[in-house]
Amino acid sequence: MRFTRWSTLLVLVVVLLAALPVLPAFLLPGVLPAPSTAPTSLQVLAVGLTFASLAMTFDILHGYTGMLSFGHVLWFALGLYAPAVLMREWQWGFFQAVAVSLIVTALLAVLVGLIALRVVGIAFAMVTLAFAEAFYLLAKNNPVGFLGGDEGINVPASSLPERFQAVADAKYTYWLALAVLVLIAGVLWYCAGSRAGRVWLAVRENAQRAESIGLQATRFRLMVFILAAVLASLAGSVYLVIVRGAHSEMASADFALLILLMVMLGGSGRLWGAALGGFVYGVAQLRLGALSTTDLFESAPSWVAGPLQEPQFAIGVLVVVLMLITPGGLAGLLERLPRRRESALRG
Amino acid sequence: MDAAFSLLVSSLGLAGIYFMLAVGLSLIFGLMHVLNLAHGAVFALGAYVALGVMESMTGLPATPRLVISFAAAAVVGALAGFLIERVFLRATYGRSYIQMVLTLGLAFAVTACLAGILGHDPIQLPLPSWYRDVTVIGDSRLANGRIFIAAFAAVAFVLVWSFMRRSSHGLVIRAGVENRSMVQALGIDVAKSFTLVFVLGSALAGIGGVLAASFYGTVSPDLGTRQLIFAFIVIIIGGLGTVEGTALAAVVVAVMQQYLNFYGPSGSGDIVTIVLLAAVVLLRPRGMLGKKALA
Repeated sequence: MRFTRWSTLLVLVVVLLAALPVLPAFLLPGVLPAPSTAPTSLQVLAVGLTFASLAMTFDILHGYTGMLSFGHVLWFALGLYAPAVLMREWQWGFFQAVAVSLIVTALLAVLVGLIALRVVGIAFAMVTLAFAEAFYLLAKNNPVGFLGGDEGINVPASSLPERFQAVADAKYTYWLALAVLVLIAGVLWYCAGSRAGRVWLAVRENAQRAESIGLQATRFRLMVFILAAVLASLAGSVYLVIVRGAHSEMASADFALLILLMVMLGGSGRLWGAALGGFVYGVAQLRLGALSTTDLFESAPSWVAGPLQEPQFAIGVLVVVLMLITPGGLAGLLERLPRRRESALRG
Repeated sequence: MDAAFSLLVSSLGLAGIYFMLAVGLSLIFGLMHVLNLAHGAVFALGAYVALGVMESMTGLPATPRLVISFAAAAVVGALAGFLIERVFLRATYGRSYIQMVLTLGLAFAVTACLAGILGHDPIQLPLPSWYRDVTVIGDSRLANGRIFIAAFAAVAFVLVWSFMRRSSHGLVIRAGVENRSMVQALGIDVAKSFTLVFVLGSALAGIGGVLAASFYGTVSPDLGTRQLIFAFIVIIIGGLGTVEGTALAAVVVAVMQQYLNFYGPSGSGDIVTIVLLAAVVLLRPRGMLGKKALA
């Protein structure tokens, strides 16, 4: 009963989001910079959707299989850098470049996974962090010459597919982000519900017990690790289309840890919770700065207004408060609401 | 030859900073099994306290101001540690994973708060003139600041080490790192040691922040996050929960990093150190002097 209600709601949300660029425009002050159909607004929403995709790929590792990766950002960054390099150095087409980038990601994920999965828990988090940080330092210091260094790699609009070139056509970029979100959600939802997905949950709950009934935990962990890496890389390539460039910031340890915060904010162990957290943070990090022009902020002293404009301050405080109330995050809070009402009716 | 020697002094200075940050992290993880990700933020907080003292108390000469900076940073660090442990972690005892996420949230909140008030850009830290001078020994030019940092951290190491070896509190902490449930079973209140380790570790991190700010000459909000990764490397290579291991690993990491960065391609020292982290976790998970593996 509850399942149908939630899935109907989710389908409705997706349909509404898909129709947004063609529906009559409306204002959403604070959240959107312009009317809902304006290119700048769709751009903000596309970033939110892409962060939602990224958060879901993290949660299949973290919430479903119980693997804490501090280096998940590596795969997202690879999805940014690999196509950017291929397009700039060899003038490849966008789709070819993304296809090869996904294959490269999968191969590298096998390699990193085989090494990192020799350990579990915090040790696994540290090894994955080491790989991601090594890539970050490579991209930032650029000793190899083609990774752009501090400036990053800019992708000129002309090298993107025609639909995504003009800023006025932001609705196509927005639809791309939404389509990839639905694709990633669909794949993850299908996998989590499959027989393999049951094993992932078993591995999360008690790896030793799963082993004792003949299920090799490491093999299943590797499977999820590769799946999550490839899908995160795909999300990265969408982000490349939106921001038209790869920057080493997106491979930094800070961003790696932010992904964990996004997922914990939305609610770990539920795909829609992770997506919610990613979306909220993706939009907030672009929009909180703009709040400084509102009256409320201009009257506040700078030591109050300053931190409130910092998206990382907001997510940090929110997660601390949520962890003290419920480890289930926003999704956990939302799930409690209908149940409360029911018990109130009964009581 | 002369460059190599002054590089050694500089490396030891960096090792001192790593030690001040890592020793608290190591004891907290060893005893409480909490990866305290807010440790870097406390470190940055210490640096900002020093900035505040150096810039505001202009009536005093620079050297006393620096001394006050260290004392103030230690007090602020200790208070921060006390608050984190008593207010946030005590409410979630027994759930070390949630505790880690809590400290991560705090880390981002504190760092962003500093950035929101004082800006993201590095701010120059005023220092006494002797600090910036160089001492010439033979044909080597040694920066006084580096010598000071290395000596300071060495004294801190001896103090922390003797506290852990000679005092009864240290005994309980060492026993707790080895087998916490046994210590509890003997009727000793480990929760007191939790607070103690947090206060001590955070005070050292606060002082470390001042040292780091003087090492780089500037203060910025991301000071702690940048160093925290190298502190992870130090505690894992050294072995969790050991003061000696942390000190030894801090020297090894800092020397290797500085020499490779100087003689090798730019940034190669950082990358090799990062690779070393993965290698140690995989090949010798208990580190150089540790007794327990990281899990």
